[in-house]
Amino acid sequence: MSAHAADNRRLLVRLTISAVVMFAFGFALVPFYEKICEVTGINDLLKPDTAATNTQVDESRWVTVQFDSNVHDLPWRFRPQQAAVRVHPGELVHVAYEVANTRAYAVAGQAVPSYGPQLAGQYFRKLDCFCFSQQTLEAGETRTMPVVFVIDPGLPAEVNTITLSYTFFEVAGRRTSAAGRLPAGADST
Amino acid sequence: MSAVIPDHLHDHHHPAPGGLMRWITTTNHKDIGTMYLVFSFIMFLSGGVMALTIRAELFQPGLQVVQPEFFNQLTTMHGLVMVFGAIMPAFVGFANWQIPLMIGASDMAFARMNNWSFWLLPPAAMLLIGSFFVPGGATAAGWTLYAPLSVQMGMGMDLAIFAVHIMGISSIMGAINIVVTILNMRAPGMTMMKMPLFCWTWLITAYLLIAVMPVLAGAVTMILTDRHFGTSFFNAAGGGDPVMFQHIFWFFGHPEVYIMILPAFGIVSQIIPAFARKPLFGYASMVYATASIAILSFVVWAHHMFTTGMPVAGQLFFMYATMLIAVPTGVKVFNWVATMWRGALSFEPPMLWATGFIFVFTMGGFTGLICAIAPIDIQVQDTYYVVAHFHYVLVAGSLFALFAGAYYWLPKWTGVMPSETLGRLHFWCSIVFFNITFFPMHFLGLAGMPRRIPDYALQFADFNAMASVGAFGFGLSQLIFIAVAVRCARGIGQRATARPWDGAEGLEWTVPSPAPHHTFETAPVLR
Repeated sequence: MSAHAADNRRLLVRLTISAVVMFAFGFALVPFYEKICEVTGINDLLKPDTAATNTQVDESRWVTVQFDSNVHDLPWRFRPQQAAVRVHPGELVHVAYEVANTRAYAVAGQAVPSYGPQLAGQYFRKLDCFCFSQQTLEAGETRTMPVVFVIDPGLPAEVNTITLSYTFFEVAGRRTSAAGRLPAGADST
Repeated sequence: MSAVIPDHLHDHHHPAPGGLMRWITTTNHKDIGTMYLVFSFIMFLSGGVMALTIRAELFQPGLQVVQPEFFNQLTTMHGLVMVFGAIMPAFVGFANWQIPLMIGASDMAFARMNNWSFWLLPPAAMLLIGSFFVPGGATAAGWTLYAPLSVQMGMGMDLAIFAVHIMGISSIMGAINIVVTILNMRAPGMTMMKMPLFCWTWLITAYLLIAVMPVLAGAVTMILTDRHFGTSFFNAAGGGDPVMFQHIFWFFGHPEVYIMILPAFGIVSQIIPAFARKPLFGYASMVYATASIAILSFVVWAHHMFTTGMPVAGQLFFMYATMLIAVPTGVKVFNWVATMWRGALSFEPPMLWATGFIFVFTMGGFTGLICAIAPIDIQVQDTYYVVAHFHYVLVAGSLFALFAGAYYWLPKWTGVMPSETLGRLHFWCSIVFFNITFFPMHFLGLAGMPRRIPDYALQFADFNAMASVGAFGFGLSQLIFIAVAVRCARGIGQRATARPWDGAEGLEWTVPSPAPHHTFETAPVLR
């Protein structure tokens, strides 16, 4: 046994270091995952879409876009200025949402969009949106925020109505940042 | 035998504490192996009680036995207890008992650490089982602990996280011990390629454990900090991504699947040649196949996530990589069958279990291939088809191999032959009831019955009733093993010789049965 003691100890140290490195690797997967998503363009909810290459407006078709708004544990009043609009695919559309902070202190929030039907999301090109950055509202502040979008004419024919729904979440840690993108795990660093 | 066991060790032992303190302070690999095996069997029974409660609820449509919240806790805890409490510690128990005996070492490399590895487990088990009794109950997020559910649950989730941490540390310490023992402590003349296959599969498994258990620890740590310390790894509102949890979890989770099956391959590879009375067919290819499976296991994790909205290129990569694993696995099954081919076969209980293992495990392997095909997987994701698949490989795979190994080595551990009648009864009841339980689940899954739901549509009633009857039969059959083990431990039955199976090869059969407390104090010399 003792003949092996030194060898054993050396191997023990190496294997322990491997285990610790793998623990760190688990955390390293987080920025790695972010990078993969960024490079491959998966899951880029917070980035403006590129302008539609086909600017041809499909006059033969009408699509109804409904707007919805929610807040999640946030003392804000949040509503769209229009309940719905009828648009042609390919047409550039401007709409606006209103948001008001009802509390006596500044709060930062982040809006996350979702679409119904889910399928419509990939045909919904947002060129400008308040959801691309965190919004900080001072106490009692009211703000009108724009959304500019184009419906891709490739939208499947059976989709006649799209619901665009935003949910405002309070940004954990209440830190305010001018940066547009909000990296995952930002608050852990 | 006197060359193997120095005579003085028969006469006087070290002044060791008796009674309970003997077990708490022991550093002997055989004592620790026994404790691992007893512990895992107790956990197996508690996980089994949870499974039977689940099956009782699913016997009929509607809610009869438990409420949905508790049902979710049961499915979650059944998975956690069986994976981390029963199957993994049972294999570590086999490793503790057998590896030093098989390679001619006197004990594990780090005997004191070995003691710690075991004694971390009971507190972890208490945290896990105790979480049923805290406000809000145990975690109900599924054994995979998917975010965002796991970020939202009550304190039962925290207890589960700490239990996973502790069991992970225990596994890593055990794995380091096994690697060092196998690499440094082999008897002179035992080269790597002369090593019994059980040691080879455990060596590779131990490397897998060291590589992936820390990643799981990292993942649950992230959940913990998301829950309590304001981070947003998986919290979409803070810019995190719940799908990322699945990636990190399955980076651990898929190698984990092989951690639970590779030692089973090792046990079966010991038993088949012994009862075919032929050397193992294709020893070297078995080693390479095991290593290939281990390496491939790192690049297939996302086949658990085909429905998360992956690009088609990703789906195709993970689909083909997964199907590639069928090749080394097929090599193994082929080698076992080729070992039996024209052998002088006899079917004592260990061989019955090993043969049963090959039969049912291969069926589980094939349904695995079916699940690997992305378009089919999208159809069967989260249905009972998947439940059937992984119970075919985990129950009929890992568990059957564990029973095979137990019947094979019980004579060495206790000095008494396990009852052949009870062993046969145990096997035939198990394999019949196992198939009654899990075979109908394939049909249920294909018909669309979702897993983890306490109620179901009426058209699923007949197959569910059948599965529940089978499950109770299977559960009760396992009590036969208690009788077998207790009889052996109490010395009831036929005495075992040093080599009770006439075809068995290996150093462990050169020591008397039961194996004395200290073996191979001076290393044996191999020809």
